Amino acid sequence: MLIDFFSAVGDVLSSESTYINGALFAALLAFAATGEWVAERSGTLNISVEGMLLSGAFAGILGYHLSESIVVGLVFGAIGGLLIAAVQAEMSHRLTADQFVVGLTLNILVFGLVGFLDREIEPQALRASTVEIPVLVDIPLFGQALFGEPWPFYLLYGLVPLSWWLVYRTRWGLELRAAGENPQSADVSGIDVNRRRRQSIYYAGFTSGLGGAYFLFARIAAFDDSVIGGQGFIAIAAVIFGGWTLWGTMAGCVLFAGALSFQLSLQGLGYELNTELLQALPYLVTIGAMAIFAKRVRPPAALARPFIRGLK
Amino acid sequence: MTRGARLAEWVALYALSVVVALALASVIVEATGGDWWPVVEALVDGSIMAPGRWGGTLGIAAPLLLVALGTVISSKAGLINIGQEGQLLIGAAVAVYFSFRIGGPGPLNVVVLLLFGALGGAAWASISGLLRYWRGVPEVLSTLLLVFVALQAVGYGLKWQWLLLADEASRGNRNLVSEQLAKDNRIPRPDIFGNEFPITVYVALALALAVAYVLARTVWGFRLRMLGHNPRAAQRAGVSSTVYGASALAIGGAFAGLAGAAMFAGGGFSFGTYRLVPGFSDNIGWTGLLVALLARERALPAVVAAFVFAGLRNGAGFVNSTGVESRITDVVQGLLVLALLVPPAVVFLRDRRRARAAATERV
Repeated sequence: MLIDFFSAVGDVLSSESTYINGALFAALLAFAATGEWVAERSGTLNISVEGMLLSGAFAGILGYHLSESIVVGLVFGAIGGLLIAAVQAEMSHRLTADQFVVGLTLNILVFGLVGFLDREIEPQALRASTVEIPVLVDIPLFGQALFGEPWPFYLLYGLVPLSWWLVYRTRWGLELRAAGENPQSADVSGIDVNRRRRQSIYYAGFTSGLGGAYFLFARIAAFDDSVIGGQGFIAIAAVIFGGWTLWGTMAGCVLFAGALSFQLSLQGLGYELNTELLQALPYLVTIGAMAIFAKRVRPPAALARPFIRGLK
Repeated sequence: MTRGARLAEWVALYALSVVVALALASVIVEATGGDWWPVVEALVDGSIMAPGRWGGTLGIAAPLLLVALGTVISSKAGLINIGQEGQLLIGAAVAVYFSFRIGGPGPLNVVVLLLFGALGGAAWASISGLLRYWRGVPEVLSTLLLVFVALQAVGYGLKWQWLLLADEASRGNRNLVSEQLAKDNRIPRPDIFGNEFPITVYVALALALAVAYVLARTVWGFRLRMLGHNPRAAQRAGVSSTVYGASALAIGGAFAGLAGAAMFAGGGFSFGTYRLVPGFSDNIGWTGLLVALLARERALPAVVAAFVFAGLRNGAGFVNSTGVESRITDVVQGLLVLALLVPPAVVFLRDRRRARAAATERV
């Protein structure tokens, strides 16, 4: 029995489909987490990322429905994410409304709105074609998962380095990090703190919207309101798990997506793992990592603290 | 500006925002080929007007209010607890676990149930308190993450008979349900003018008054507020941030857990089967958090906000019959919350601008 189980684990680990599935989920998380990471570095805990993903997914399929083009679908997806970002950013960092009220409300609002519109419009779409990168795709195990994906996947190879460059190598990024670490000082040196935070939320909306649309075109090409199903919160967990570094965040995405894909593949072979534990794993691992490294890894000092000049 | 003019301005601003929100919702409905007016009628009918409906609304408002009161307490201490959904669910689960094991005569068992609900919620919130004050993990992150752990933990508990799952005789062919609460262990639902609601509604109201009083008029409440306003000054004045902060978090969780237990034993609405099932919390925790934040962390306005949110939820049941997808009520609710956030922010920003202008003039 136990030997059977281990050989099943071996089968799962040596089958390409595990990695292909893992890459699918990891990419979704990475799209969302890279934007969320930028937002959190500016000191705003953007919990509407779930809503942004869902909005992007629905806008994506709507775009395809209207134009029959996946490119248009992706553009729509990005716009869908940006719309949610606009509400989140303008309400919480211009009008000084509470960021959690806005974020939670947006999640509920988007969930209701896409569910409503989906029933009324019933859009359809097609899967994006896969593009195989020659030579690299022949790498055993990982090749297909990393270099033989539906083409929107490859946007990540540009988006993630772009986020890194923006945050660490531009003046804008420096100001953004200052807004996240010490908004008072940033303000004194002439940085418009809330403006940087708004911009970072827009960036998160852009990447998450793209991610939602990507997921739809890469996976099932049919919309349903549970398609994102909490992955936005896992993306937030990945940022925290990564200790607010980009590479740590990406490692979190790969780890959490890997665990999910591993569990799904084992289920496919008829082995029932403790699904609850595996589903809770991203959160438990993140809490554990925070508790262990809390003294060494610090969140941006002003994370989730609103900045209003002259107050606090 | 005189007091009267200011009040009139507030009322006008709120009215304007609400009208804009409803107009937006109506545009969404009309654009997809539905009719807006019947939806509004259905919402009003379903929440208060139709026979027996306002009792149901009160029954939903009670747990929302309880959750919101706990949130008010932890916010006053300057802590951001956004994990009420999980604390509520764990509270309900702990209450279920112990009430079926301890048993006891009816009324006593109800008390045991509510007590363990509060304890369960407090314990779950205290994990965040422990992480905050021992390891320095921000409570806003740990409370959020623990929500999802709680959902899975209760799901797991409902798979095993030694935890929460009912035995085969009682559950029949269903999976993932707890034992049903015996009739004499339920919270009474007296009938008033054709409306019935659990007496926890009165408890919640009394607690709202108590929380308002304790925060405004007692030493403990004063110290808590001091900690929230200026932790450093509070520390100098002898308020231990660890003791007061951790207890504020625990009390916040206790309220959420109490709400969970009260939902389980109180019946009504979608939690009316007196059984614990996955998804039992049904967003009451998240909505309760919204209620508290919308009431700007004050206990008495939370009473009003809880009733409005409960009305929307209860009214949603009537919307389907109009031919419009009932999911539109989520949209209405979301738009309303966003609209209600605007007036205070606008007034706040304008007052600041004026004060600043006045200050520059004096120079």
